Amino acid sequence: MSLLLPDSGLLFWMFLSFGIVFVILAKYGFPVIIKMVEGRKTYIDQSLEVAREANAQLSKLKEEGEALVAAANKEQGRILREAMEERDKIVHEARKQAEIAAQKELDAVKQQIQIEKDEAIRDIRRQVAVLSVDIAEKVLRKNLADKEAQMGMIDRMLDEILTPNKN
Amino acid sequence: MKQLHNIVAPLVLFCLMMVACLPVLAQEQAGEVPSQTQDAITPQEEEEHTVDVKEIVFGHIGDSYEWHITTWGKTHITIPLPIIVYSGNTGWHVFLSSRLEENGGTYEGLSIAPEGSKYEGKLVEYNAAGEQVRPWDISITKVTFALLFNSVLLLVIVLSVAHWYRKRPQGAKAPGGFVGFMEMFIMMVNDDIIKSCVGPNYRKFAPYLLTAFFFIFINNMMGLIPFFPGGANVTGNIAVTMVLAICTFLAVNIFGTKHYWKDIFWPDVPWWLKVPVPMMPFIEFFGIFTKPFALMIRLFANMLAGHMAMLVLTCLIFISASMGPALNGTLTVASVLFNIFMNALELLVAFIQAYVFTMLSAVFIGLAQEGAKVKAADK
Repeated sequence: MSLLLPDSGLLFWMFLSFGIVFVILAKYGFPVIIKMVEGRKTYIDQSLEVAREANAQLSKLKEEGEALVAAANKEQGRILREAMEERDKIVHEARKQAEIAAQKELDAVKQQIQIEKDEAIRDIRRQVAVLSVDIAEKVLRKNLADKEAQMGMIDRMLDEILTPNKN
Repeated sequence: MKQLHNIVAPLVLFCLMMVACLPVLAQEQAGEVPSQTQDAITPQEEEEHTVDVKEIVFGHIGDSYEWHITTWGKTHITIPLPIIVYSGNTGWHVFLSSRLEENGGTYEGLSIAPEGSKYEGKLVEYNAAGEQVRPWDISITKVTFALLFNSVLLLVIVLSVAHWYRKRPQGAKAPGGFVGFMEMFIMMVNDDIIKSCVGPNYRKFAPYLLTAFFFIFINNMMGLIPFFPGGANVTGNIAVTMVLAICTFLAVNIFGTKHYWKDIFWPDVPWWLKVPVPMMPFIEFFGIFTKPFALMIRLFANMLAGHMAMLVLTCLIFISASMGPALNGTLTVASVLFNIFMNALELLVAFIQAYVFTMLSAVFIGLAQEGAKVKAADK
């Protein structure tokens, strides 16, 4: 029966020890731990939220980057095409100019050649004239070695001059 | 050839078993002889040889002024504990319990009341008329010592865990090892028992309920350790459970809401149950006291029964010692097996009883919190 009767001394000690344990643990024990764990929980939740946002932002950035790259590619193609057209145009023009220049030069050269040819022909004519005069002189000198030949010559010459309409 | 081997092997085994059994048989025969001559021994002597199970069991589960560890031959190995007594006649007495034995059972006029007395086993003094008078006794008894020891142990454990958190910044990495285990344990109690049973206003009551849980749990566990700092039947003592139940009673009723009190004195039942004769209010009012009373008895009886069952099972070995080696041997094996089972069961019970006490306290507090406004800061 004594088991069912609480002993006053033990009651006293139990009140004291449980009270002290409760006060100490309620002040310095459990709240610290629970606060920390719950703090960590909210921290993890926040971190997850932040990570999700960062992920979304990252994918958005990626999309943007891709769009940028696509635009850049398009631009590059356009620029390249333009550049090619430009090049072709320049080359074309250059060729044209070169042709014109070449034509001009050719013309100049042709003219020069013509001039020189004319010159040469005149020179040759002059030479031929001189030569024929020389030959004629030599022939004349040989033919007019005597007086009669000279006189006959003069006669013929005079005849020729006097009868031009016969020719 | 192989067949012959098959026949011989069991035969050899059988012979070996017979040889092994011989000493047992011989012992059994030898054991019978003294039992026949035992009639010659006087009943007084016989009483000394038999085991007083009642004394062992009640000596263990009860309280005492010293911590008896074992008896080696004729010498008792005990740890003396301080006796602190205030007598109305002679004032304060503070001495070690070993003084009583040294001085033939009486020291400074105080002695332990003999068997059959109203204060059996307690310290008493005799007044002028020769009547036993019980002084104010706040001695550090066995249960008190275990209680204080376990309280200090609990403080050390929880404060060391809290210290780990205190020296780290908010949002530090989760702990591992013992601190991690304690965190898991504390959060399990906090989330599964307290938060779900008390309701939205649980934060105010969490420290009390956690303290109650771990206080009961550590005392239960220490009670299962069979040697010195453990082994005392702390939570199986009604004074201890009574204080715990009173604390729950106070927590329920001091913080009870208007709604709670209205439910007690004017419950939602047909009017004739409460107007001429206040039957329901009376039952509800009575319930205020039966709830913590049930808490007190449940914990006390469960832990007491566990200790008692294990002790009785152990005593079986010593009771059967006089019944011959065969029976003794069988009962020893059975006793050890049952004790292993009981210990495993008690480990479970130690947790379950702490869990149940905390959960029911939480439920009672939660019922008394119905309709309470949750403070914005506590959300």
